[in-house]
Amino acid sequence: MDFPMFHLDWLNDRFLIAMIAIVHVFINHGLAVGFIPYITWLEQKGVKMAGASNITDPEWDHLVYRKMKVAFIITTTIGAMTGVGIWFSAGLISPSSIGSLIRVFYFAWFVEWLTFVTEVVLIMIYFLTWKQSNQSLKAKIRHIRFGWFLSVFSWITMCIIVSILGFMMDPGNWNTDHSLISGFTNPIYLPQLFFRTPTAMVLGGVFGMLLTTIFTDRHSAWRNTVLKYGARWVLCWAPVSLVAAVIYYKAMPAAMRENMSTAVGTMEFAQYYDLLRYIIPGAVSLVVMLGIWTLFRPRSVRMWMVLVPCVAAFGFLGIFERVREFIRKPYVIGGYMYSNLLREEDYPLFKRDGLLKYATYATASKVTPENKLSTGRDVFMLSCSRCHTTNGINSIVYVFERLYGIGKPLDENSMAAYIPNMHNGRTYMPPFPGNNEELGALVAYIKHLQQTGEPLEGAQSAGITVNPGNSTEQIADSVQSK
Amino acid sequence: MSYNYSMNHMLTLLQSVTPVPRDIPLALPLPEWLLVVLLVVSFLAHIIFVNLMLGGSLLTLWAQVKGLKNKEYDTLAYEIAKTITVNKSLAVVLGVAPLLSINVLYTVYFYSANALTGLMWIAIVPLVTAAFLLTYLHKYTWHKLEDNKGLHISILALAVLIFLFIPLIFLTNINLMLFPEKWGTIKGFMSALALPNVFPRYLHFLCASLAITGLFLFWYLGRNRYAFETHFKSITRYDIRKQLYSLALGVSVFQFVLGPLVLITLPAKGVQWNLIIVILCGATAALPAMYWMWKGITGKPEEIGMNFGKVIMAMTLTVLLMASGRHVYRSNALAPHKKLMAEKTKAFERLSAEARAHPAPDESTTAQASGTPAAPGAAVFQANCASCHKKEGRLVGPPVTEMVSIYQGNLPGLKKWIRQPGKKREGYPQMPGFPQLSEQELTILTDYILSVK
Ligand code: HEC
Ligand code: HEC
Repeated sequence: MDFPMFHLDWLNDRFLIAMIAIVHVFINHGLAVGFIPYITWLEQKGVKMAGASNITDPEWDHLVYRKMKVAFIITTTIGAMTGVGIWFSAGLISPSSIGSLIRVFYFAWFVEWLTFVTEVVLIMIYFLTWKQSNQSLKAKIRHIRFGWFLSVFSWITMCIIVSILGFMMDPGNWNTDHSLISGFTNPIYLPQLFFRTPTAMVLGGVFGMLLTTIFTDRHSAWRNTVLKYGARWVLCWAPVSLVAAVIYYKAMPAAMRENMSTAVGTMEFAQYYDLLRYIIPGAVSLVVMLGIWTLFRPRSVRMWMVLVPCVAAFGFLGIFERVREFIRKPYVIGGYMYSNLLREEDYPLFKRDGLLKYATYATASKVTPENKLSTGRDVFMLSCSRCHTTNGINSIVYVFERLYGIGKPLDENSMAAYIPNMHNGRTYMPPFPGNNEELGALVAYIKHLQQTGEPLEGAQSAGITVNPGNSTEQIADSVQSK
Repeated sequence: MSYNYSMNHMLTLLQSVTPVPRDIPLALPLPEWLLVVLLVVSFLAHIIFVNLMLGGSLLTLWAQVKGLKNKEYDTLAYEIAKTITVNKSLAVVLGVAPLLSINVLYTVYFYSANALTGLMWIAIVPLVTAAFLLTYLHKYTWHKLEDNKGLHISILALAVLIFLFIPLIFLTNINLMLFPEKWGTIKGFMSALALPNVFPRYLHFLCASLAITGLFLFWYLGRNRYAFETHFKSITRYDIRKQLYSLALGVSVFQFVLGPLVLITLPAKGVQWNLIIVILCGATAALPAMYWMWKGITGKPEEIGMNFGKVIMAMTLTVLLMASGRHVYRSNALAPHKKLMAEKTKAFERLSAEARAHPAPDESTTAQASGTPAAPGAAVFQANCASCHKKEGRLVGPPVTEMVSIYQGNLPGLKKWIRQPGKKREGYPQMPGFPQLSEQELTILTDYILSVK
């Protein structure tokens, strides 16, 4: 309510963040955290296998180099920019929450930034000096050492990000003392880290095997050996990933698990939940099967045979991310700030005086019979628009029609009876923040939406209206009069 | 008292056009001055690599076009292109720290400007990604597209166009955040772009990019370790370095036209003596650097690099002072508004705390607390079920009378349904489960339901 509301009325605001974040996580886990150690390991193998007279086997080394080139190009373009993109999109859609998180986690993010800079410098050294380092054994060994440094730094970067993600799900003691350390030691941290590490390794390995099948033809000298090493790598990490997935699932706080089972209730989330149950064992066993098959019959491995488990493994991670995003609703910062960007502790004030009175941007600060539609739109923008559109994905008209009958005219009284209690039955939604008049305006607006299909433009195109009744003076006066 | 009055008066005046939002009510993680130092220094590191990325790609393009006639310049273009890979990665990663710091120091201003130009702001992500991919494509197809220079140069030209556009988006945002009084008039990126001062600052920035890149390449191609003679046959190290120095000097002279233009178009509200002094010092520091460059260009070939260290030192001072000037203007311009915002935040926190201590009576529970034995059960029903069930007739789910007829004498069955509802009726949505109700609440609720006649 203190920020102009950016709003994508068709795509849905959360969808934008989710899309960017998921691409970033895929690249970070699959092409950096899990991939670099795999590449470095193979590079090292090349030196060991070359015998005393050579530095490394040139053909083997070139194959590994080409794989690294793919990772280098993707991580330094799409990877880096989606990382920035998470910030940008969160700043647009959830400014109050990201603003609060940065204040609490400034140091963590600063340290994160330092490791991130180190990581970028190392990846440039590692990739751009690869060919020069092949001139002497000493340089090659130093180069391999850079590979290991890089692996460690990518992992540390992930550790810090995981702590922030974990915090957003369950802030532990942070609500009482608001300090950095308590945010860091939140209960979900280690399980999540433990899950991500082996899963990243599996992803990196399978992706590496995929590149092997693309870059070599079936008769080339090293194809079978490289594939077999990939298989060993994957087989070593896959069981750990499975165990870790189970532990992680169990460690999710009780409230969240309940939230998930409520989620099972609604049709759309039932799909995600089911997917989670099938895709974990499914993806892991596909990967294991691929690994075993490759160990015994490397010659028969084709590109598509690797592609399927590769997609499944990325899907495995993707679905976990999706559920993680979902189970922390109705909060963006557990127990502190709801997903509609309002603080839980301000609710009594909003209930008492109304939401619009304190909104910086609104067409009026009080609902009147004349301004019902425009204030209804303001209330919708402030309390529902982070998750609902008017007529696009997860549209407010559609969710109500699903309750009362598709195509039937919506009834304002039924909606007004539903909304104040919706957080009890649908625990993924925050409670309605406004007073009764605002509730009336909101349902009138929703009905109007159903009748007209009117779109809702965000601040990025419609601009803002400064609330005429919201001045510092008035607030100061009302404090004095108490 | 009179101060208070005039303060209040000013507030009302300001308020009629200017939004005064509340700040994030959490303490800053570090003392403000330290955050400011971090912001200015880390921004400088970031912008220098942005300059090198942009200037580098412009010069690559220039050299490659020139290389169509003179093959040596094509080689030069390739040598410059190699530096872009590194500089662009550093530009991005070094951008994170200033982004963090500006987010903390100017949370409300920065995010508000972002939202008001939202689509273009988020377009930065795909645009920069595309430009980066194009520069890789350009670099890694240099030999493959040897016979198709037109296509090869177009790839780079496209990347350059994007690189030229991106700073405009950033500048528009950084500019817009300084003027809350204008926010109400902004409808999308284009109207924010049209605010005065954006284009003069943009040109100022472009010239800085060329100057800094000129100096960087002067050093890079002039290093002893750089085997110039193995790459180039006809042009000499001196030729190239002279051209680069001339570029840096030329645009620096031009900055003395652009700089005053930027200052004049700057809205007056942040222009104070402290700003003028900082900026004038910055400009003065550039003068000796320009003199040394001039001497290098006109002097003996073997002495062209003699004063380079001094040039860099003077220019660093200029850049530092200019960056500080930016910040001085920002803090001058926003100081009154920040004060208003702080007051409003404080007042709101007080109100909120007070409302927390004395919450308004909850209408739904008071309505039910009227003596009858079923009252507590009715309250639970009201809070959890009434949105979908009423006594008679369908709301979302079936009426209470229907529940009674199904579950009369089957209390456990009713409880089980409430905790974990199944799916029965055609054309009804799924009822949510209520595992969060305590056993006691569940008991009074079901007693109440079954008592309904
Ligand atoms: C935290 C995000 C969030 C916010 C904020 C939010 N909702 Fe929802 N809402 C959801 C999700 C997710 C669903 C489930 C959609 C589905 O099942 O397909 C939903 C579903 C609904 C439903 C259908 C419930 C059912 O039983 O099927 C209604 C009605 C609804 N929302 C109304 C509102 C209103 C009115 C507001 C604003 C006062 C609001 N929501 C705010 C996320 C949110
Ligand atoms: C979001 C709307 C919603 C809420 C909230 C809700 N219900 Fe329901 N309820 C339904 C729907 C829809 C059905 C019909 C389900 C079906 O037949 O598949 C239903 C059916 C029932 C039934 C009939 C079960 C049967 O065996 O036919 C009972 C009993 C019931 N609800 C009790 C409750 C109680 C008690 C609460 C409050 C704790 C509650 N409901 C809250 C929507 C809701």
